[in-house]
Amino acid sequence: MNVALLIIFAFLLLSLYLGIRARKGKDMNLEQWTIGGRGFGTLFVFLLMAGEIYTTFTFLGGSGWAYDKGAPTFYIISYGCLAYIISYWLLPTVWKYAKENHLMSQSDFFVSKYKSPVLGILVSLVGVIALIPYLVLQLKGLGIIVSEASYGSISPTLAIWIGVIAVTFYVMVSGIHGSAWTSVVKDIMILVVVVFLGIYLPFHYYGGIQPMFEAIDKAKPGFLVLPETGMSVSWFVSTVLLTTLGFYMWPHTFGSIYSAKNEKVFRKNAMIMPLYQLVLLFVFFVGFAAILQVPNLEGSQADLALLRLSIQTFDPWFVGIIGAAGLLTAMVPGSMILMTASTLLAKNVYKAVSPSATDAQISALAKYLVPVIALVSLYFTFQGGNTIVTLLLMGYSLVTQLFPAFVFSLAKNNFVTRQGAFAGIIAGVATVAYITISGTTIGTLFPSLPQAIQDLNVGIVALIANIVVMTVVSLVTTRTVNVNCE
Amino acid sequence: MKMIRLLALLPFIGILGGITFVNQVTPYVLGMPFILFWIVMWVVLTSGIMAIVFKLDPSNQGGDS
Repeated sequence: MNVALLIIFAFLLLSLYLGIRARKGKDMNLEQWTIGGRGFGTLFVFLLMAGEIYTTFTFLGGSGWAYDKGAPTFYIISYGCLAYIISYWLLPTVWKYAKENHLMSQSDFFVSKYKSPVLGILVSLVGVIALIPYLVLQLKGLGIIVSEASYGSISPTLAIWIGVIAVTFYVMVSGIHGSAWTSVVKDIMILVVVVFLGIYLPFHYYGGIQPMFEAIDKAKPGFLVLPETGMSVSWFVSTVLLTTLGFYMWPHTFGSIYSAKNEKVFRKNAMIMPLYQLVLLFVFFVGFAAILQVPNLEGSQADLALLRLSIQTFDPWFVGIIGAAGLLTAMVPGSMILMTASTLLAKNVYKAVSPSATDAQISALAKYLVPVIALVSLYFTFQGGNTIVTLLLMGYSLVTQLFPAFVFSLAKNNFVTRQGAFAGIIAGVATVAYITISGTTIGTLFPSLPQAIQDLNVGIVALIANIVVMTVVSLVTTRTVNVNCE
Repeated sequence: MKMIRLLALLPFIGILGGITFVNQVTPYVLGMPFILFWIVMWVVLTSGIMAIVFKLDPSNQGGDS
């Protein structure tokens, strides 16, 4: 047992304690459990949204990309910033509608707008399929962080099991209240750790930020700008746009919109969130600092850049603090994902096929589904596979397919019919699946187009397929309805 | 209210439209390669813009209700 490991465990226990204590004095029905009884103020909503956004991906993936790919990693700061602008108008609208109609999940929104429980089932399934890789990503990250920070004395497998058991436990007991309280500890930790690392490491190894970038530019010319082909300017613009649209389509992010106690919360957050986004800048600095200090991390090994450099630089107690921060960045989003996925399955899938189930039964079912989903995710985690960011991108493309049907439903006169929404989502999801499995890019589809178009994010293709099918089916079905009326 | 929305479009233009013109390392600003500085600048500006929007938006007058 070393110091680092002791510190990690101390923080694990602290968050477990806070997570369970959060239940105090609350009657845990489904509304309280999954959306905090619509009672959270600016700070909790901020922390929850930040908790969902600053995940292990921030910690490992962000620095890993800076290390491995260079300038393309800047897209991560850009899309968040733009999404927050949209949030100023989008989130209050969603919140108000959800409150008036007593909605509890993202799928409820579609069910209510399109008057179609079947569409709710589809949206739930897409959501759960996207959430599982996202959870797997968190778990893999958790395993890497704890095992590295404990100097290998705990295997990733054991670390993942411990983390999952802790999260499952407090989610079942406290639901979203648990996530909100643990995110308090998490955000303070990550802010302090990341900002410190991002400033200390460049100064320690290079004598400053600019000398660091100059050294990298000299060693790897072109690394600090977007390349001519591949992850080029057109890749950057299309990827930022796509991820901006998909940002609030994650079921757990969408669900946490409901937890606010009034709509002003979102408008206030829209001012602060962009600045908070700059935490990522320091994560990038760490990744860049690692390039010349711990060279030769290849492929998925790049995700280790931050930890390897920290271990090489600091005493074990501080590595323990970093490990604890990393552990929490996996646990908070992990808990939100588990809770959201079980709510979707219980409320929008089970309840839709057996409408006679009572609210108490649905609420109980949602809680018992938590360990089941945890086990499924563990299975996929131990199967191995892709690097962290690739997994996330697949999930992102999937949830983005919900955007067209969602955004049109906000219009006063929505021309999209339920059949149109359904067919569009199916077409989009099928395209994403095909593209991901076959490794298609726009370049392989249309090799004769100019390079700038070839580099567009291939998710655009899926989104276009989605919108075209949605429009055509909507127009056809509206006409049949009209004909039937005449 | 219309003017406010136009204001909120600026970061989109700055980041998505501007990136083509700033895809370069030099000059370094605040130690950062120019492309990174450009994005960071827009993030900070976005915060400011949203603060102005918040101030001007009539729906924020009055208390939390």
